[in-house]
Amino acid sequence: MSALTALVAILISGDGGVGDASRGASLYVARCGACHSLGENGAGPSHQKLWGRKAATQPGFDYSAALRASKIVWNEKTLDRWLTNPNELVPGNKMMVQLASDPIDRADLIAFLRRETR
Amino acid sequence: MSPVLARRSLIKTATLSAAAVGFLGGTKLAFAGSPTEGDLAILNVALGLEHEAIAAYQIGAESGLLKGGTLDVAVLFQSHHKGHRDAQIGAIKKLGGKPVEAKTADEYKKSTKLNVASIKTAEDVLRLAQKLELGAVNAYIGVMPNFADRSLSTVASKLLADEVMHYTALTQALNEALPKNTLSFGG
Ligand code: HEC
Repeated sequence: MSALTALVAILISGDGGVGDASRGASLYVARCGACHSLGENGAGPSHQKLWGRKAATQPGFDYSAALRASKIVWNEKTLDRWLTNPNELVPGNKMMVQLASDPIDRADLIAFLRRETR
Repeated sequence: MSPVLARRSLIKTATLSAAAVGFLGGTKLAFAGSPTEGDLAILNVALGLEHEAIAAYQIGAESGLLKGGTLDVAVLFQSHHKGHRDAQIGAIKKLGGKPVEAKTADEYKKSTKLNVASIKTAEDVLRLAQKLELGAVNAYIGVMPNFADRSLSTVASKLLADEVMHYTALTQALNEALPKNTLSFGG
């Protein structure tokens, strides 16, 4: 399959974004699951209704002052920047991990978050 | 070419320069507080995961679903996690921090993450353990570059190696294939 047909196939099969949400689902469990879930706060905040939400607004989670002050709204663009390097987007945040350095992985994770938390 | 590979070759050209710039620029310290506070925050997150693993193996062992050799292995893995817990508590105290406490057994049973209510078979127990071990492996890999005190990376990589061992054994017990790709852990 050529790169172009692959891209077209992805554009048609996806639900709006370019990522593969089902691959994103397993990446999410494996890489984010230790700290995050869609339902409850853990070491990281819950991702319930994350899409379109202002950063640092999940009830009951003790966020860093830096993320609270960031005024970020979560969407494809901001999530991509956060997952590329949270420290660059929000210096002083306390996520402490970079676990999605690969652009395909990020696209898939974001497609998953979009599908599940919109 | 597999779809992921095809997509990768498409995206790679566009992102290579940005990644290279990021690499040259180095990463800033993740935490706003002092280096020690940052290390303490990481250790306490890791300690929380160890408490949770100990509780999950306890629930698995008490479920009556595991028998014979499988039960023995679950108890052995739990004992490794208890060793990790003690190592982390030691490190946290040495840095002058306060170790997070375990939640109550009831709280773990109610958590949607462990989803204990859905466990019906020995396989379900092994799958939960496998998922937690993999999550811990990846979280450890993710935090590793952020330790200010490098000696903590040595401790953390020892714990990480145990968890990879657990993940591998559980994956084989579940008759699942081992990862096909090289460098399959972390991100
Ligand atoms: C070691 C634990 C840990 C891991 C692993 C982790 N995170 Fe986080 N995450 C956090 C913490 C802690 C915060 C809160 C940061 C703050 O307050 O500065 C956070 C915050 C976030 C936020 C902002 C949420 C909000 O309510 O504004 C997003 C989005 C996020 N993480 C996505 C991810 C994704 C996707 C992954 C997997 C690739 C991941 N995280 C892996 C600990 C983690």
